[in-house]
Amino acid sequence: MKIAVPREVHAGERRVATTPDVVKQLIKLGFEVTVEAGAGAAASYADEAYVEAGATLLSDTRALWSSADIVLKVRAPESHTALACHETELLRAGHTLISFIWPGQNPALMEQLAATGATVLAMDSVPRISRAQKMDALSSMANIAGYRAIVEAAGVFGRFFTGQITAAGKVPPAKVLVIGAGVAGLSAIGTAKSMGAIVRAFDTRLEVKEQVHSMDAEFLELDFKEEGGGSGGYAKTMSDEFIAAEMALFAAQACEVDIIVTTALIPGKPAPKLITAAMVASMRNGSVIVDLAAEQGGNCELTVPGEIAVRQGVSIIGYADLPSRLATQSSQLYATNLRHMLTELAPAKDGNIVVNMDDEAIRGATVIKDGAITWPPPPPTLSVAPKKAASVVPPPAAHGHGAAAPGNPLTTLATLAVGALVLWGLGAVAPPAFMSHFTVFVLACFVGYQVIWNVTPALHTPLMSVTNAISGIIVIGAVLQISTTTTIITLLAAAAILLATINVAGGFLVTQRMLRMFQK
Amino acid sequence: MTTGIVTASYIIAAVLFILSLGGLSHPETARRGNAYGMSGMLIAIIATVCGPEVTRGGLPILMLVMLIGGSIGFYAAKRVQMTEMPELVAMLHSFVGLAAVLIGYATYVNGTGEMHGAEKTIHEVEIYLGVLIGAVTFTGSIIAFGKLRGMIDGKPLTLPGRHWLNLSLALACVWLGHSFVNGGGLLPLLIMSLIAGAFGVHMVMAIGGADMPVVVSMLNSYSGWAAAATGFMLSNDLLIVTGALVGSSGAILSFIMCRAMNRHFLAVIAGGFGTAGGGPVAAIEGEVNPLSPEDTAELLRDASSVVIVPGYGMAVAQAQNTVYEITKHLRERGKTVRFAIHPVAGRMPGHMNVLLAEARVPYDIVMEMDEINADFPATDVVLVIGANDIVNPSAQDEPNSPIAGMPVLEVWKAHTAIVMKRSMASGYAGVDNPLFFKDNTRMLFGDAKQSLDSVLKALHS
Repeated sequence: MKIAVPREVHAGERRVATTPDVVKQLIKLGFEVTVEAGAGAAASYADEAYVEAGATLLSDTRALWSSADIVLKVRAPESHTALACHETELLRAGHTLISFIWPGQNPALMEQLAATGATVLAMDSVPRISRAQKMDALSSMANIAGYRAIVEAAGVFGRFFTGQITAAGKVPPAKVLVIGAGVAGLSAIGTAKSMGAIVRAFDTRLEVKEQVHSMDAEFLELDFKEEGGGSGGYAKTMSDEFIAAEMALFAAQACEVDIIVTTALIPGKPAPKLITAAMVASMRNGSVIVDLAAEQGGNCELTVPGEIAVRQGVSIIGYADLPSRLATQSSQLYATNLRHMLTELAPAKDGNIVVNMDDEAIRGATVIKDGAITWPPPPPTLSVAPKKAASVVPPPAAHGHGAAAPGNPLTTLATLAVGALVLWGLGAVAPPAFMSHFTVFVLACFVGYQVIWNVTPALHTPLMSVTNAISGIIVIGAVLQISTTTTIITLLAAAAILLATINVAGGFLVTQRMLRMFQK
Repeated sequence: MTTGIVTASYIIAAVLFILSLGGLSHPETARRGNAYGMSGMLIAIIATVCGPEVTRGGLPILMLVMLIGGSIGFYAAKRVQMTEMPELVAMLHSFVGLAAVLIGYATYVNGTGEMHGAEKTIHEVEIYLGVLIGAVTFTGSIIAFGKLRGMIDGKPLTLPGRHWLNLSLALACVWLGHSFVNGGGLLPLLIMSLIAGAFGVHMVMAIGGADMPVVVSMLNSYSGWAAAATGFMLSNDLLIVTGALVGSSGAILSFIMCRAMNRHFLAVIAGGFGTAGGGPVAAIEGEVNPLSPEDTAELLRDASSVVIVPGYGMAVAQAQNTVYEITKHLRERGKTVRFAIHPVAGRMPGHMNVLLAEARVPYDIVMEMDEINADFPATDVVLVIGANDIVNPSAQDEPNSPIAGMPVLEVWKAHTAIVMKRSMASGYAGVDNPLFFKDNTRMLFGDAKQSLDSVLKALHS
């Protein structure tokens, strides 16, 4: 199938949906790739590099769209000024478009796309399950945004990030506060930390405390006794007292820190206002605020989306296109996310894609299937289920409780019949006492069989040593014989008792020693 | 104590033994299980000693040998290193075997009394079988001990016509048994003991070192059957029950181990592993990529998910504590670290789990093969410590390989696999490993302990 990668038309967008390296891999998967001339220029990928990687170049945008089966884009389709038409008009039934779509925010666009009869996969709707992580473009873009946020802040900030003692005087390290420790927040923490700043982070989800600590940053906790909220939920479960305490913390921090990075977002809602105008006023001159939630209204009251606003000496960076400002890197990661998506779509690696609606990851991403809107997807099943489905078929030799697996019924029947015949033969000649012992023996074998299958493999060594100790029960046989008048029997029995007792004592003690070590 | 109370005590003991084995289904209940086992044993021994068959004359010597035996066992259990567990277990198996032989002889000397006809024959067959199984267990365990200790070469000893040799030994035992039951006296029993002993030696000698987990669990099973045979001989139900429990336990373990190697139990017992294989195995070509401990630390530092695959090499180098130090270091930095245990890693079933437990690795990050195999593609770094055959892709891709069809840990699917080895020698199975030549494999040569110490140092710096 043919893949087309058009140039992005959104003003200021520098990213491109594929890179020369990824083109090579796509060709290996059996696809043909056509790239619009100049598509990668803004992300520093030259046309020649695409050609070298095996892609075809085309400068006619209309021909590019119409010749393709699959179109890869970064931004959702929008009106194409050069062609004086909307990009959706270039899409045909049978085409597959993969890009960011934001179906929740763009209902009109969804209608337009559905009208074309094409299939649309939204990279922003890939479900957040572990198997789909490699396709999670939101995370890869958030990672870049977090990094770039610190770089932008450093560009505006008038001092070093790291502390230094030089001949020309002492330089204190910059203090950075990151609000919201999601992917972008953690990335910002790591970047600021590696530049030498003192980093603090706050998040309403206490479970990210460990992750913040793992980045060597300080986690700020409210001096506020939680009352049920805040463990898994977001602002929804936050009480008014909690928010008041939170705002007090930010106000106190604002007087202290030099740089604030805010990344607080609530899915499907405008961003919460966390930094008030008063807090901005309390910050030192030259301080910087980077508002990663600018597109959703901003976490700071004074944010101007898309611009750097300077208010009372504080620069408030409200860029909404941070990933695009690191176009080479973000194009590379996005292109790899797309490649993983195509690998999932074309499991046979023959360059033909199948939109398998039974696959949870693909189902989630598919927002329009052959002109029918399939968004939102049904609620995800428990995250355990897809994992099981994805796991390879176990090798035939390794079936769970293998021995209990039913064999050929005829063989089983024959075995039972032979067993019964042997028993009858034995019963015909053997004395009753023997038969009663034999009953005990057979039953014990079956009990052992049932009990042992439940033993966890981790405890196989203790199992062996404990059964070994138990088999020292043979000591009883020797004990029964020791009280005779025949010296030789006494000697034999004494030796047997000695050996068996070593076994019993050694076996049990060493088992105990081993089991004491097993801990969670 | 009357016979009734003794029998009741035996029933209690038998129930306690079953509970003891049942307790091992989970690490949390396992210690209680062991306590059940101990109390069962205590009850059984006290009941027997106080029972009607033990007279006052026998008591002093009984107490003396029990004291000596108990002290030796106590001392051995306190002193043994966790890496030496397989040897200890093999040694203890041989004791049960020898005890069964001694009791068999004592029973024979005691005479058949008033028994006659079928009853007498069956009693004699019981004695004969008890001694036979005991003798095989005894010598087999001694050889297994020697092999595990390294006192005997681990390579399988393949005598010419060894299957015929085994068959003739078995036939000789049957013939001797016939003459013993028909009033042959002590001589056939003695000769048979020697033959059974030789059989035990030959059987274990013919089994390669990689099959040791099967051998150890098989001998475990034999020691149980020996106890059960003794129970029949003495008409003691407790011995029969306990012997049957232990016997089936060992048999199931052997079965599990064989399945983990995709081999038939009989094929393992027949021995000579590594000599089979239908056709020529494709020669492996390529270059290995060696790696320094510092670079290993670098890779680990950059990884977010790490899986560690320990093998016998870790046990030999006693590296489990360093492994845990590294694990702790990585986990404190928020990385996911898990352990993947192949069922036949090490020299006895569950060997690796015990070593990791000794190093205080929490058992909930220690995974079985089936649990973790699907996760390798999403793993950044796999650290293979002294394992070879259990991570050999030939088992899947090379139909002529001697280990073809054996389930293996698919470490090559991870982003990077670091294999720690002393040298480029092949594993116990004597099979080359294409894993070492893969593009995403890095080799860290050297003693596992020393290499890991350097890795840990590099991680700290």
